[in-house]
Amino acid sequence: MSETVTIPPVTANLTGERAYVILTLADQLCGVPVLAVRDVLADQRIARIPLAPPEVAGNLNLRGRIVTAIDLRKRLHLPPREAGQAAMSLVTEQGNELYALQVDQVSEVVTLPAADLEPNPPTLPAIWAEHAEGIYRMENRLMVVLDVGRLLAITPAQAS
Amino acid sequence: MDDLLVEFLTETNESLAELDLALVRLERTPDDAPTLSLIFRLVHTIKGTCGFLGLPRLEGVAHAGESVLGRMRDGDLVASPAVVSQVLAGVDRIKLIINGLGATGQEPAGDDTALIAALDEIAAGRAAAPVAVAVAAPASVVDAPLVETAAAPEAGLAGQTIRVSVDVLEELMTLVGELVLTRNQLLQISRATGTNDFTTPLQRLSHITTDLQEGVMKTRMQPIGNAWNKLPRLVRDLAHETGKKIDIDMRGQDTELDRQVLELMRDPLTHMVRNSADHGLETPAERRAAGKTETGRIMLNAYHEGGHILIEISDDGRGLNAGKIRAKVLANKLATEAELAAMSEAQIHGFIFRAGFSTAAAVTAISGRGVGMDVVRSNIERIGGTVELASVDGKGTCFTIKIPLTLAIVSALIVRAGSERFAIPQISVMELVRVGRQASLAGDTTSAEASAATLMAVELIGTTPVLRLRNRLLPLISLSTLLRLEKDTSRPGSDGTVVVTAIGSGMLGILVDDVYDTEEIVVKPVAPILRHVTMFSGNTILGDGSVIMILDPNGVARAAGVSAHGGNGRGDAPREVCLAATQHSGEQVALLVFRAGGDSTPRAVPLSLVARLEDVSREKIEPVGAGFVTQYRGKLMPLVSMGDAQTCLTRERQPVLVFAEGGRSMGLMVDEIVDVVHDHLRIELGSDRPGLLGTAVIAGQAADVLDTGYWLTQGSHDWFAGNAASNTRQKRLLVVEDSDFFRQLLVPTLTAAGYEVSAAASAAEALRLRDSGLVVDAIVSDIEMPEMSGLEFARAVRAGGIWAHLPMIALTGRASAEDAEIGRDAGFSDYVPKFDRAALLSSLAQSLSDAAAGMFGDAGTGALAREMTV
Repeated sequence: MSETVTIPPVTANLTGERAYVILTLADQLCGVPVLAVRDVLADQRIARIPLAPPEVAGNLNLRGRIVTAIDLRKRLHLPPREAGQAAMSLVTEQGNELYALQVDQVSEVVTLPAADLEPNPPTLPAIWAEHAEGIYRMENRLMVVLDVGRLLAITPAQAS
Repeated sequence: MDDLLVEFLTETNESLAELDLALVRLERTPDDAPTLSLIFRLVHTIKGTCGFLGLPRLEGVAHAGESVLGRMRDGDLVASPAVVSQVLAGVDRIKLIINGLGATGQEPAGDDTALIAALDEIAAGRAAAPVAVAVAAPASVVDAPLVETAAAPEAGLAGQTIRVSVDVLEELMTLVGELVLTRNQLLQISRATGTNDFTTPLQRLSHITTDLQEGVMKTRMQPIGNAWNKLPRLVRDLAHETGKKIDIDMRGQDTELDRQVLELMRDPLTHMVRNSADHGLETPAERRAAGKTETGRIMLNAYHEGGHILIEISDDGRGLNAGKIRAKVLANKLATEAELAAMSEAQIHGFIFRAGFSTAAAVTAISGRGVGMDVVRSNIERIGGTVELASVDGKGTCFTIKIPLTLAIVSALIVRAGSERFAIPQISVMELVRVGRQASLAGDTTSAEASAATLMAVELIGTTPVLRLRNRLLPLISLSTLLRLEKDTSRPGSDGTVVVTAIGSGMLGILVDDVYDTEEIVVKPVAPILRHVTMFSGNTILGDGSVIMILDPNGVARAAGVSAHGGNGRGDAPREVCLAATQHSGEQVALLVFRAGGDSTPRAVPLSLVARLEDVSREKIEPVGAGFVTQYRGKLMPLVSMGDAQTCLTRERQPVLVFAEGGRSMGLMVDEIVDVVHDHLRIELGSDRPGLLGTAVIAGQAADVLDTGYWLTQGSHDWFAGNAASNTRQKRLLVVEDSDFFRQLLVPTLTAAGYEVSAAASAAEALRLRDSGLVVDAIVSDIEMPEMSGLEFARAVRAGGIWAHLPMIALTGRASAEDAEIGRDAGFSDYVPKFDRAALLSSLAQSLSDAAAGMFGDAGTGALAREMTV
């Protein structure tokens, strides 16, 4: 297993603040609630699964548990990563199953006031709007808050 | 002790512990209504159950206690310390009786009148004055031995069984699964690095892990009888509704299997029994008209075979009517008339497993409610099992279900297709065939010669690859094509391997690029988003840490559009069912052909005698004394060579034929396994070489036929020597069998098992032996014999003479319920399929007194294992 980044126990506190893990996907800044993330993994050996939906990158072995890796670029209809560009993964659990969300880069954990979360602008492309909870305006960039549950709702129909 | 009683004791012991706590709580808070009703309920349950079980003493005490508690619950009586003490005294008495019950299975003698009177006094509302006397009374009333039992309550049943939640067991199983994986990983690293300080502790860790795995598996095992216990009632009700007379005969209820499998099998089994009762069996009038007994029989039989459980559900009803099925198939447009004409009867029968098929003209309230055999089949296949069917019109139907012992950890074959590896569960793998693929697939006729030399060739019908395997056409599916894998260009090589798998009643060849090894894998379910890919039954982590998918051959067949059930033309000859061994000297038998001992003459052995084939790597063979052993599943298996053992050790991989019997097994090291052929087995020339029965012509070539009995004794003399010593007098058997081959096979087998065996080649000869005064303890006889059949022979033996009361065991290829019935009527005590060595030995042991049964226990094997490890 390659090195694992441990996330400090920052949680949503009573002052109405929320903690997010900041990641990038094709230069877009995104955030995932820190409570949804179990592990952050560096590049992993991933076993491909034949006939799986295209967004399913494969399986990986996380300390004896099988984790299904989802390529978020494919999931969000972004262009594929350039050859040689290693992916990082956020491990999340849903219904007793572990999933690894493959992203380009995981940078930091930030705490933001809940009140600052703005709804999705109506012009947001459908594929983003479908999987975003809202937008934060950071200093000079926008950060899309991703809804992990909806990202994992991959139906076989979508695959074909 | 009665199961019911054991359960009652376990339950009551739990209740009593709870009762003590509750009563003490009540004393502190006398108006605590929930506690009071809890106490009342507990005592009431005890009273009710013991009335049912016929335990008058216990019932009397419990009843008196209940009366008092009833008054308290109704508010007529306050739970004063005096009253509570009296009730506690009653509870103590109950405990005392329960302990006595646990120790002896009987209610202990004793007088409770004083106690009951005191309780009744209180219940009647009279003063609780005699309390002191009553509390003191028990001690004086109780018999001395009872005090002793009471003093050691932990030694009773309460200490032996505890209830553990299923969740805890599941969690344990998961953890053990992870442990097995980690162990495999460590072993792999250790193999790669060679011997070092870790090797020995790692070996121990490995053994302990295996033991732990087995132990935890055991906790999940439940007798199949648990899934059956509702069936007699079901059948009774059905018989009532339909006006039929039905007997249900259940055998092998104690056969244990994983509770997860058991749960999944419950519904299919119930459905099949219901089907048998509703559709299979006729009304008494119809049965009379058909010349059968009025009462129909449904037989369930469960037994272990290899790593699987076989469950047979048979009835002696009207059987499947191929004509009706054919008509229905045409009506439902499941096949054309031309297709049907080309099908065998068994293939037509197979249509009942198709979706939406029901031959019952009218949908009755009982079966035919839309849940058909197709659901049963898919339920069974979902857990990696198969179901097969054999039916004779007018005679009956028999379903054979083969399911794995457990779903959690299975043995799997690791194969490669493209650049990916996959696991195929061993349960469905029948054989591996190396083929010259590329050459033939390319359709290049010039290269056909090259591949024809040693490899079987894949042929094309149109664009469909098929393999001609022993005169059958085997449908082939290329795994890389099916899974749309890219060709792995980094690994050149034109050869492939066909994994021949059993799907339903047919066979399918899965073409893979490479076959690596077998590995014990921990099956993990696939993520929900992958469930639609039905070709995979799960995924697993290999010893090297990589994650691979587990293939489901049935899913592969479905995905490739190959129907295993009848729609497949002439290609899939149905395999024999129910009749595990129809082999007879005049019939074709499956024979394993191999070479051994450096001899160029091929050797043959009936396949049914071989438990499995192993390919053991050189480093896993360890010398012990003058012989060799290898480890298999944490146990030592002796290895015997047919020639010079040293030459065997020069090979990287050693093919081994494993013969198993009871809990022990031995391996015969051979040079190479040549083929499996179906042929007549007629020994033309006898042999005086030890270990060989003689020579037979097999597939047009002379081959030496192996004497397995001889090689079993070679496996270890200790087993038999030890057993014989513990057995003061060897039991004598008479074997009556007309076929030279079977006689020569049986006699050494039975001798090896510690019997003194006489043999007769005909019933007449046997009767002459009787009249000459031969003393034997049991008779084993064939049924189908010329001149005088086994049935006539049995009648003749039973008619009088010195053997009239001996146990008689029939050997037959036809072990159907009906045949067994006829056999029993003729005087046979048991009916055993031919070639089923284990069944014969256990039947003999059972028939011959408990003293003989001890001979087949595990004690011998255990002692051997210890000796070898020391």
